[in-house]
Amino acid sequence: MTEQSMDFESAFRSLQEIIARLENSELPLEEAIKLYEEGKRLSEVCANILAAAELRVSTLPRELTTDENDEEAVF
Amino acid sequence: MFDFEFTTPTILTVTALTSYLREVLDSDEVLRDIWARGEVSNFKPAASGHVYFTLKDANAQIHCVMWRSAAMRLRFELRNGMAVEGHGAVSLFAASGQVQLYLDSLRPAGEGALYQEFLRLKARLEAEGLFDPGHKRPLPQLPRHIGIVTSASGAALQDMLQTLGRRLPLARVTLAATAVQGVEAIAGIIAALKALNTLTDLDVILLARGGGSIEDLWAFNDEGVARAIYASRVPVISGVGHETDFTIADFVADLRAPTPTAAAELATPITLQDLSAQLNLQTNTLQNLAAGHVEVRKTRLSLAEAALRQHSPRARVLNAAQRQDDLRERLDLAFGNQLRRQRQQLDALTSRLGALNPESVLSRGFAILTDPDSGKVISRRNQAQPGQTFRARLQDGSFLARALEKQEGAEKND
Repeated sequence: MTEQSMDFESAFRSLQEIIARLENSELPLEEAIKLYEEGKRLSEVCANILAAAELRVSTLPRELTTDENDEEAVF
Repeated sequence: MFDFEFTTPTILTVTALTSYLREVLDSDEVLRDIWARGEVSNFKPAASGHVYFTLKDANAQIHCVMWRSAAMRLRFELRNGMAVEGHGAVSLFAASGQVQLYLDSLRPAGEGALYQEFLRLKARLEAEGLFDPGHKRPLPQLPRHIGIVTSASGAALQDMLQTLGRRLPLARVTLAATAVQGVEAIAGIIAALKALNTLTDLDVILLARGGGSIEDLWAFNDEGVARAIYASRVPVISGVGHETDFTIADFVADLRAPTPTAAAELATPITLQDLSAQLNLQTNTLQNLAAGHVEVRKTRLSLAEAALRQHSPRARVLNAAQRQDDLRERLDLAFGNQLRRQRQQLDALTSRLGALNPESVLSRGFAILTDPDSGKVISRRNQAQPGQTFRARLQDGSFLARALEKQEGAEKND
């Protein structure tokens, strides 16, 4: 199971960091292009996560123990 | 003040009597605003929506009427045999001569006692600081993992899952199912809250139940449940009953939502649509910044090219040629101006000359006298002697004339 929301947030944060670095206009062109390509990739990763997002619902065991979740269903 | 019809001073018509009775009942302070408790019997719903039944106990009964507008607000299903408490006013229905209780509200008996208990517990927990705004924990803007405490079979769960699925499908939901009414509800809710609090990555808990009577919601007014909410490490949003229902759980919770659906909405202040819009914005910024980097280089390049062109030998030759052209133009211009000025002077002189032309004098009626031999102009008296011949020149020719006599001064008209 992948943490889709975690992935989105970390990818989005990386995208924001790249944008912050690109705001420095003295960046060598080579590096700016590299950052742009990485940002573009992250933007697509984020968009794909949003497009594919589905609420995942699991139920705690009936006994309400502190064990890990049992079965998982996609709602 | 009463509209009596006297046949004799002491005998009333029935209409007058019932009318009087009604006035007496209606003006009674106690009967105007009264609570009555009893058992429902002879209840029959009418097509009109008005409700008629008899309220009775072991020894007595009174006929009750509830008009449609009040009956529509009933929060429970009225049945014969049900113990109820009703509020309204007592009056007389003249057509049947019956004293009736006109109800404006009705509730299951015992609700009043429950309400008193509710108020006592609320006051006590409030004094203890369980509702303290300072204790309310901040709610996450973007929860990754949401816990739900509710009944697995209730509509409230479906409402919440649907809302969460629509607003923030990125989230994970863990349901701690429990009874939310009846004898097991209190222990169940407390256990569910505790179990969810063992999940280390849980961001928020929704404690919810659909609408119901005050008894149905009673578990949410329990002190143990209140303390479990207060003790929860994970912030709790309550969404119990309808908008108008306030339970102790609502007061202790970090946020009170009016309904389960609203609880799910409040738990997800940022939606998938918001994230999508944010992502588009950031992606545009990325594009623009990258384009900016290229643009800056382009500008610098064209500036450099321009500088280079300016310093090339070819540019110098071209510059010299252009300077020469400039000079020629300026010369032409200056010369042209001088010519024009001289031409104007000439014109002015010519017109002045015209004014001095003797011909123009002759045309005004003057004559020029000359000596016919010498051709000299005779302009003074002493240039001519009487008898002398001279030539008079006029506008269109001349004739010879002779002087007769001299006179001094200019010619006068007599």
